Amino acid sequence: MIRYLVRRVLLLILTLLLTSMIVFAMTQALPGDIARLVLGRDARPEAVAAFRQQFGLNDPLPVQYLRWLGGFVTGNPGRSFAAGNPPVMPLVLDRLGNSFLLAGYTLLLTLPLSIVAGIVAALREGSWLDNLIAFISLSVTGLPEFVTGIVLINLFALGTGWFAATSLVQDGYTVVDWLRVLTLPALTAGFVLGGYVTRMTRAGMIDELKKAYVRTAILKGLPRRTIILRHVLRNALLPTITVIAISFGWLMGGLVVIENVFNYPGLGSLLVTAVEQKNLPVLQTCVVLIVFIFAAANLLADVLYAALNPRIRLT
Amino acid sequence: MTATPVIHAQQLSLEYRLQGGWQNAIRGVTLSIDRQQIHGLVGESGSGKSTLGMGLMGYLPENARFAGGSILFDDKDLTRLSPADAARLRGRLIGFVPQNPLDALNPSLTIGEQLQEVTRYHLRLSRAAAHQRACQALEQTRIAEPEAVLRRYPHQLSGGMQQRVMIAMALSTRPRLLVLDAPVQTLFRRPLHPYTIGLLASLPGAAGGQQSRLATIDGTAAPLTGRPAACVFAERCPLVIAQCRTHKPPLEQQPDGRSLRCWRGPEIAAGSVNPARPAHVSPAAAAPADAVPILRAEKLRKTFHDASLFDRLTGKASAPLKALDDVSLTINRQATFGLVGESGSGKTTLARVIAGLTVGDDGRLELLDRPLALPLHRRSPEALRNIRMVFQNPGDTLNPYYTVGQALGRTLSVFGRGQFSREEIARRTAALLEAVGLTAAYAGRYPEQLSGGEKQRVAIARAFAASPALIIADEPTSALDVSVQAVILNLLKDLRADQGVSYLFISHDLEVIGYLADWIGVMYLGEIVEQGTRDQVSAPPMHPYTEALLSASPSVDLTQPAQGIRLTGDIPSPRQKPAGCPFHTRCPRRLGPICAAEVPPLQIGEGGHQIRCHIPLADLRTLQSTPGGSG
Repeated sequence: MIRYLVRRVLLLILTLLLTSMIVFAMTQALPGDIARLVLGRDARPEAVAAFRQQFGLNDPLPVQYLRWLGGFVTGNPGRSFAAGNPPVMPLVLDRLGNSFLLAGYTLLLTLPLSIVAGIVAALREGSWLDNLIAFISLSVTGLPEFVTGIVLINLFALGTGWFAATSLVQDGYTVVDWLRVLTLPALTAGFVLGGYVTRMTRAGMIDELKKAYVRTAILKGLPRRTIILRHVLRNALLPTITVIAISFGWLMGGLVVIENVFNYPGLGSLLVTAVEQKNLPVLQTCVVLIVFIFAAANLLADVLYAALNPRIRLT
Repeated sequence: MTATPVIHAQQLSLEYRLQGGWQNAIRGVTLSIDRQQIHGLVGESGSGKSTLGMGLMGYLPENARFAGGSILFDDKDLTRLSPADAARLRGRLIGFVPQNPLDALNPSLTIGEQLQEVTRYHLRLSRAAAHQRACQALEQTRIAEPEAVLRRYPHQLSGGMQQRVMIAMALSTRPRLLVLDAPVQTLFRRPLHPYTIGLLASLPGAAGGQQSRLATIDGTAAPLTGRPAACVFAERCPLVIAQCRTHKPPLEQQPDGRSLRCWRGPEIAAGSVNPARPAHVSPAAAAPADAVPILRAEKLRKTFHDASLFDRLTGKASAPLKALDDVSLTINRQATFGLVGESGSGKTTLARVIAGLTVGDDGRLELLDRPLALPLHRRSPEALRNIRMVFQNPGDTLNPYYTVGQALGRTLSVFGRGQFSREEIARRTAALLEAVGLTAAYAGRYPEQLSGGEKQRVAIARAFAASPALIIADEPTSALDVSVQAVILNLLKDLRADQGVSYLFISHDLEVIGYLADWIGVMYLGEIVEQGTRDQVSAPPMHPYTEALLSASPSVDLTQPAQGIRLTGDIPSPRQKPAGCPFHTRCPRRLGPICAAEVPPLQIGEGGHQIRCHIPLADLRTLQSTPGGSG
């Protein structure tokens, strides 16, 4: 197990190194001079030269890469190209915190309901309730996020004013303020995730309910509730738990559209802005961080699966 | 003791909802079981045994219902109880022991949790009391160290231990009735019904030696939708008369207390007719006298090094598993090498090492006088063609998306090196199907449209498609009904003569091995402890383990009392293989400290008979020829 973890973590570090190199190489493939692109076509040559000097753009590429890498590892991957040239790390960490909050809240809102819906659908397989749950979960998963997002804004923000339509996060927010800001984007992301989790739970339950050990439990005369909760659920939820762990990576780094619709200051929208502004230090740091979250979520999923399943041995 | 039966079913009928209508699965069954009585229920799959067994517990699958009659238990009619009331009875007063213990245990819960929940729920025992009761129940089933077993997960126990856990679970509430769903078919004295006689006659032990064929029953049990209204066995019965198809025979009490539902019962009882099919003698069944070796294995070894998650977390290095330890054998042309041994003895590993599916650590293989590499990828296409396998569960080895014709055609074209034309493949496919007793029409069918026996025939045809020299059959009939097993064993015997192939045949069933094999190897903890001809292995002198296996196999003939020696305890884990002779921990004929200290010598008897034992052959012969004698 220890050996397994060490191997996986080494692999994760290698992945991060490779991704950072690829991202670094790709940013160099941008046509034209990066300093001129950032400063604008009318920038004076002295300003361009000063910019190149300031960010070390005149050094050879490997040097630039190693300098950035060294900074990233020590927690200071340089300064942003944007106005005022703030340091990258606090900016990214701030957004990371926001994304973490949104991801956590989304899971909290979505999982109980969707898992229960999946269980109910499986227990009533083929009934009208199963069909209804299938219809709802498929349609909310299938609708694009910007559609559900805008519908939600119209219904619950503009229409009733219960929730905020845009989410300009400010310092000194109370819990209520946070809930007003977070609920609609979390619901939008939760629709996509929840439909998926419901389908997974349902399929897992139906598979497990057919197993012989369920019949044993019935023939032991145990009440149905005990059979479902103690015997079936533990096995049925294994694949679902993996899906949830992996989807955490998506919630942290992949909510670009939702963050845009709600103007939510998360990691995804920071990445998009960085791309638009050719803000290379921010872009590189964001990408590597998101890759890290995805890889870590995958590792977590594998370890969790093994921990919950006594038959799995990690070697 | 009172005369009231524990359970009494009267004219019980059960129906399944199938294709929109209710189909009769069980019709007018009457039975009663007295206190301390064992009531056996036999039949092929699909005959309704399990449905009836569970019906007696007041439990039916969701698509089934009681359609008449009654089950009286504890002054209550189980057919009329509410599901909740029935649930309170079963598990407490009626216990159930399923057929396949590994599937029947929840893989994610410890044995303790699964054992204790029964008594905690039904008897309202406290946690401590339930724990104590679980320990007692495990001790009753002779499980050593019950405390340790309670903490384990099902997959960490051997099959025998799992089965005992299931029995302990059923016994822990001290029920009045136990329903055991188990494949035991060998408990008749003199059957009267043509179906029972057919089932019994299809057992390999009932055959008159190796030269004869096994009796079979025509067809398979009719599906629920097509059950005849009169006698349900009429279509398959060799003694069928017109009356059988028009009138349902009544259940008649026999003078010896049995009851029988057959129009021809009186004639059978009087001995004027005999439903057992005449046994054909197949002329070329015997192996040729001149023994030409086609496969030689020398000193094969395989050790598995793996550790569980728990072991790694606790930093405990787990002992390596010696699955094969110095195994040598020779298989002759057109001969059958039968391999027997308990589960966990290494039979399957040996088969997989020879087939190349598992790479052996050490040792030499020789096929048709040429060296055979241990890893599969280093074997020549010719060597691959010459060794083929037939597995235990035919349902799992056929691709559900390939028709039978596609599956066979693929093997033909791969091993024909693309030289066969499409017509040639079609012709050969049809010939193969006919050789295994199917028609060419089967080429268009998918596996799910076939019965278990038909699937195994297709798997056998696929093995033969490559015209191999050796077919390794790993328990090819143990997932099948006895009536189907007889058909498959006959087929394998015929094909060996027709196609000139050799078999390495693995089975835990001594009767099956004895029927088919010319040369028998007995495996124990990764070693072949004895090998020899069928006659050598089944008569003294023999290895004490072989002797114990022979005494443990249930005899068809109840009049012969069980004799000889009995094994105690489970086969030890190959991880903790005993030093010296691996069998010394269970051996009833143990000599003394030498058995635990020294590896026994390989003694060679007459005709190449080999026994690995410290006891001299002459002493073994004397010991084993005296009834009841023990060393």
